[in-house]
Amino acid sequence: MIYLDNSSTTQPDQAVMESFIAVNEKYYANPASLHCMGREAENFLERSKQQMLTVVENEDGEVILTSGGTESNNLAILGFAQEYASRGNHIITTSIEHPSVLNACRHLETIGFVVDYLSVDDSGLISLEELKTKLSQDTILVSIMHVNNEIGTIQPIRECAQIIKTGSRAIFHSDCVQSLGKLPVSINQLGVDAITVSSHKINGLKNSGALLLKKGVKLQPINFGGGQENGIRSGTVSLPHAVALAKAFRLSAVDSERSDFRIWRDHLKVVCQDYENIQVICPDHAAPHIIALAFKSIKGEVAVNFFQEHGVIISTSSACSSKSKNVGHVIEALGLKDNFKSGVIRISFGNTTTKEQIDKTVNVLKSFMDLIEKGM
Amino acid sequence: MEWNEILIRYGEISLKGRNRSLFIRKLKNNITSAMMDLKSIHLRAERDRMFLMAEESDELKKALERLPHVFGIQSFSPVAQCKADLKTIQQKAVEVIGSSPTEGKTFKVEVKRQDKEFPLVTSEIQREVGGYVLSHCPGLIVQMKKPDIVLLVDIRKEGAFLTSEVIKGAGGMPVGSNGNSLLMLSGGIDSPVAGYQMMKRGMSIDAIHFASPPYTSELAQRKVMDLAEKLCTFGASVRLHIIPFTELQQAVVKQVPANISMTTTRRMMLQVADRVREEIKAHGIITGESLGQVASQTLESMTAINEVTSTPILRPLIAMDKLEIIAISQQIGTYDISIRPYEDCCTIFTPSSPKTKPKLEKVHYYESFLDFHELIEEAVKNRTVIEASELHEDVEVFDDLL
Repeated sequence: MIYLDNSSTTQPDQAVMESFIAVNEKYYANPASLHCMGREAENFLERSKQQMLTVVENEDGEVILTSGGTESNNLAILGFAQEYASRGNHIITTSIEHPSVLNACRHLETIGFVVDYLSVDDSGLISLEELKTKLSQDTILVSIMHVNNEIGTIQPIRECAQIIKTGSRAIFHSDCVQSLGKLPVSINQLGVDAITVSSHKINGLKNSGALLLKKGVKLQPINFGGGQENGIRSGTVSLPHAVALAKAFRLSAVDSERSDFRIWRDHLKVVCQDYENIQVICPDHAAPHIIALAFKSIKGEVAVNFFQEHGVIISTSSACSSKSKNVGHVIEALGLKDNFKSGVIRISFGNTTTKEQIDKTVNVLKSFMDLIEKGM
Repeated sequence: MEWNEILIRYGEISLKGRNRSLFIRKLKNNITSAMMDLKSIHLRAERDRMFLMAEESDELKKALERLPHVFGIQSFSPVAQCKADLKTIQQKAVEVIGSSPTEGKTFKVEVKRQDKEFPLVTSEIQREVGGYVLSHCPGLIVQMKKPDIVLLVDIRKEGAFLTSEVIKGAGGMPVGSNGNSLLMLSGGIDSPVAGYQMMKRGMSIDAIHFASPPYTSELAQRKVMDLAEKLCTFGASVRLHIIPFTELQQAVVKQVPANISMTTTRRMMLQVADRVREEIKAHGIITGESLGQVASQTLESMTAINEVTSTPILRPLIAMDKLEIIAISQQIGTYDISIRPYEDCCTIFTPSSPKTKPKLEKVHYYESFLDFHELIEEAVKNRTVIEASELHEDVEVFDDLL
């Protein structure tokens, strides 16, 4: 099988798994324990965190280990909102965030917070002007994803940070689950206060992620227990997951976008231009590991089935919403024509993808289109 | 922004009379040792300021990060160098001012025209540079009295030197310019802060720690070593004396009733410390005591404990609240080490209700049954001395798994 659903999850790297097992075998003590094995584990944990912080150029910052992207986003949204509730009750996010941001925001709306959802244009981009107008003295938190998980749009995070930091006292959080390992992600360069990352999107392990904080940024916990992770995230810290995450960080880090990804995506785009019944949704400036296509009057699921019968795994929009019958919120937000809306699929590359796989995928796409044009 | 050198302004030193050159030399040495690993850095000291230069721009950046921790520096400023012609100076000025926010800020230009051959006179340079900056940095307002930003343009033979940002230094006096004392370092939150405060006043310090194995662990000792290492970052090498205290402590517990044992224990510690102080030729003893914080820190207790020596006991935290002390410990980075949970010699054998007002006659009476001097001498003799260079723990780096 050719696996091209890397934005849903990736195949764990062999070296990452080996580290995970080795740490489980040797450093299984609780990092919070008093004894020498605990202290050794604590030192190891610190080293792992330092490695993550170095990758995102935030050396003096803090890492809160979590169970993944969803928990990190929940913690950021709910934790910052509670911490800074005395300053105001206004939150800004976008209409194309991951559900773990959107639904946390919706929850906050039920307990008295006011949330503005920035709209996006047909390429998935927010408007800096709109951000400027929505920002007020009451704004305590802004959360804008770096790269969209369905169509790959890269938001102008740095420019947003400048606007937010000059126009308000708000905390700026960015969901970087899809950008880490695909684009350079530097907390320092982006100018954000906190980012969400997930291990399994960068050839790490499932059920592991982190919220990375700039120095001095504070938030309230959303779970309660022994007060681990500086009281922010209770529960015994999993050193093996931390090490695996740190290793995946190092192995996946890039200085610039992947040029091979861009070549492959451009190749696919050129192929699509030959067919009237395909609309390429992802804009040119999007992160090059994702290409989203919409078929006219064909259900995305049909395409997914056809591709997998021919040995290629792709997905309908995002896995998080692919099983629901309704059109996803990102696709809705883009304002796609009605007869294209249900026919969206996503092809996403990863570290295991090769040129041969792309060539084969192109052939499958061509035969699929031949079939459609014949009228199935 | 690429900087070329750093201008360092002295703190209280500039007020000193005939000792001034001594203080400046000390400061220069301390800065040098703080920058030991940065090979391309050199210093030039003048009467009221010092210049730090580096060939490698990376090293200059690191120097900027370290200078805030060196005592004896009032403030410092990164300086940019350029060719001494008006056009270049104007452009550099915009770069320098633009490196921090300008919106709504007031500013003025100050000029030092050391190179008298420069074609424009001071007031002309001020006008030309100021006008250019104003037209290129939106939101700036000129103000002669107490402006937010002062752009200093120093025109010398070798070029023009521009600086505007003033970064606050640690203040105080250069460590080592005000004698040497012995710090009683327990491993708690207070004592490292006390050491820091005295270092700030220019004192160099040794530290003494009482270990009572097997009641206290290897990790408790490691913790104290980490604290001492942290104190080293403030511009002095802190040597650590570790006293084997178990026998003495057991003797006290056996000999003296529980509610007075705390007082006697402290008296023993102070005598040991005083003997060590004598040997290392230090002048005072520093403690982290804060009035009334615990039973041993009431005025009555301190009187009873202090009776064993006439050496000056320096208690820089005596009038501070716990929260103030915690704030400083967080700021200097000792807090996270101090809160590691290991037992130390003060937390073992603690009686449930120690006397807050111990009577000296009673203390004398109970101590009179045993000759503690021998035990004290023994403890001093058997101490372990750890040099500053040996404090660093070689933590396993785990690189193969990361």
